Amino acid sequence: MIAFEGVQFHRGDRQVLRGITLEVHRGETVALVGRSGAGKSTILKLINRMLEPADGRVLVDGRDTRAWHPTVLRRQTGYVLQEVGLFPHMTVAGNVGLVPALANWPQERIDKRTFELLDLVGLPPREFASRWPDQLSGGQRQRVGVARALAADPPVVLMDEPFGALDPITRAELHREFGRIQRQVRKTIVLVTHDMREAFTLADRIGVLDAGVLVECGPRPMLEASTHPTVVTLVESAFN
Amino acid sequence: MASLFHFWSLHASELWTLLGQHVALVVVSTAAAVAVGVPVGIIAARRPRVGAPIAAAASIIQTVPSLALFGFLLPLPLIGGVGARTALAALVLYALLPVIRTTAAGIRSIDSAILEAADAMGMTTRQRLTKVELPLALPAIMAGVRVSAVVGVGTVTIAAAIGAGGLGEYIYRGLSMVDATVILAGAVPVAALAMVVDGGLLVIERALSARRPLSRITRVVAAAAAVVAGAAVAIAATPGTERIVVGSKNFTEQVILGELMAQTIERYAALPVDRRLNLGGTFICDRATQSGDIDLYVEYSGTALTAVFKQPVQRDPSVVLEEVRRLYADSGRSMLMPLGFNNTFAILVREADARARGLTRLSQLAEYAPGWRAAFGYEFLERPDGFRGLAGVYGLRFREQPRVMDLTLMYRALAEGQVDVAAGDATAGLIDALNLSILEDDRQYFPPYDAVPVVHSSTLLRHPEIGAAIARLSGRVTGDVMRRMNYDVDARRLDPAAVVSTFLDSLDRGV
Repeated sequence: MIAFEGVQFHRGDRQVLRGITLEVHRGETVALVGRSGAGKSTILKLINRMLEPADGRVLVDGRDTRAWHPTVLRRQTGYVLQEVGLFPHMTVAGNVGLVPALANWPQERIDKRTFELLDLVGLPPREFASRWPDQLSGGQRQRVGVARALAADPPVVLMDEPFGALDPITRAELHREFGRIQRQVRKTIVLVTHDMREAFTLADRIGVLDAGVLVECGPRPMLEASTHPTVVTLVESAFN
Repeated sequence: MASLFHFWSLHASELWTLLGQHVALVVVSTAAAVAVGVPVGIIAARRPRVGAPIAAAASIIQTVPSLALFGFLLPLPLIGGVGARTALAALVLYALLPVIRTTAAGIRSIDSAILEAADAMGMTTRQRLTKVELPLALPAIMAGVRVSAVVGVGTVTIAAAIGAGGLGEYIYRGLSMVDATVILAGAVPVAALAMVVDGGLLVIERALSARRPLSRITRVVAAAAAVVAGAAVAIAATPGTERIVVGSKNFTEQVILGELMAQTIERYAALPVDRRLNLGGTFICDRATQSGDIDLYVEYSGTALTAVFKQPVQRDPSVVLEEVRRLYADSGRSMLMPLGFNNTFAILVREADARARGLTRLSQLAEYAPGWRAAFGYEFLERPDGFRGLAGVYGLRFREQPRVMDLTLMYRALAEGQVDVAAGDATAGLIDALNLSILEDDRQYFPPYDAVPVVHSSTLLRHPEIGAAIARLSGRVTGDVMRRMNYDVDARRLDPAAVVSTFLDSLDRGV
């Protein structure tokens, strides 16, 4: 579904990504873990062509992202941000129905879809559809963010530290929800986090980034067996 | 206070028209500033390198005093000239800066996570602008619009100086008549209008910054504002039948003469008239009759010869009239028959002194001058064609060096005996009121300043009845009549329109 082939990326003189090669299969959840500045978010932005590689290729659905029209590609790629980025001038329903509206769905279909999704993320539509973002708690806002990313039923969903700003209880609750939703919708998900425990909970495979290099990528047992010092430190942190 | 309400009730329909013009100018200029300023603000936010110089230019314009800006625009083609067009151009320039600034600031202040979300959702640049950036910047933009509109209410007042209409007309009229009631008649509604505009837009701005659909009250306020604005624009823009535009310069006698022209046309030519009185100086009136912005005003032959056409001074009244008539004809204007008075310099003495000595002519003055003291205005003393020439032609030598005195004080100083001879204005209302008498310039030292109506020639061709109507006045507005009317307005505080109408009534009765 998504493939990185020897991708290099620079920001000014600084090399952010060094020769990333990675494959994400259909319906799989891959978590990218690493310290701040390790290049995790850059990888997400390369997938929906908010950035383009300096060298190497990024393929989505077998096609180089540079061959995709950015608007088309982004509408097939749900995106959940850490700061959520809900539009403060639109209601919950307006936020969730935005991508379908951009794609010119008829209003009835948008409404139906919005209600379905609010149900899916555990926000009763009757109560929440007409609320404004500033009338929601942090967890509720993040649920709306997830619903918005799923609105146009994109095959790929990118999540950039989606639960990073939440308190531990809410985060645990959303982790359970995430599992339930993913079992229902079966999306190809690439998730960025700095929390190894979260990665173990949510992902099928975990990639560890260190200074722009993908030092390890595999399921939990493979990481636990790794001897790479960065991986070891991260895995240890998951058990503290 | 009572006199203020009395003035308003007397001028109710004029008050509404001026208020309508005022509101229309503010609405149209603010709308134009939004139409230009918002896109410029967007560019400024996106590309600081393009936006910074534009914002700097708008800042510089903002520092130009409005009267000066109107002055700069007057001679320009297309946007220049007397009337609402020039005023609009200046008002838009003033209104631009706040709109540009707040639009740019509003867009720059949007949280980057929100913009990233917009991009990540596959919005095109245009969708991001219309669905996210502009709605979020709207409260800030509204704040800029509010500043522009409130500043506009004030600036429009000054635009009355170039004939744009609006409530400033009362303020200028009041200033030139030194009548506080008339000033207040304009100033009070301007202040009230500024508060209403400020308050109304603030309500809308607050509602917008709450990022909610407008509440019912806000909708009512917005709808009411839109209706009022639309009505004002409609009133101001109604072309209707062709209206003859009468102008005047900005002092009492000119306002009276403007009113006289206007009422004469209304009475005897049965044409609707727009009054653009208090237009400022000779230069503005002259340009306006050339361009056709105003159809006619009253000029003085000597002023036309030297100030308008830059010709050397001539002393023979009929030569001057012929010369000026020819020069006007060459520049597309027609000079009509003189009204009958000559607004020249007048050498004045007390009537009692004159009668006691049988003194009526300037040539007799040399005999008494060595025993008398004189006072003159600064300019009259300094100019070679002022006192020095006069002294030469009539052989005058006074008891002491003539004193310099302000024109308005001079009449009283003469009446009270502080001086014995003074130079004044031949049509000053105070001459009769203070029992002064004018000595006849029997050696024709002073150039003639005969009052002559000047009409845009094509107007006269379309409406020859204007010429016929004004011809009825020819020779009937004598120096006595003009001094009387000036006195009625300046000293007795009568309304110029009433004074003129009384005079025309007396003409009709054949008095």
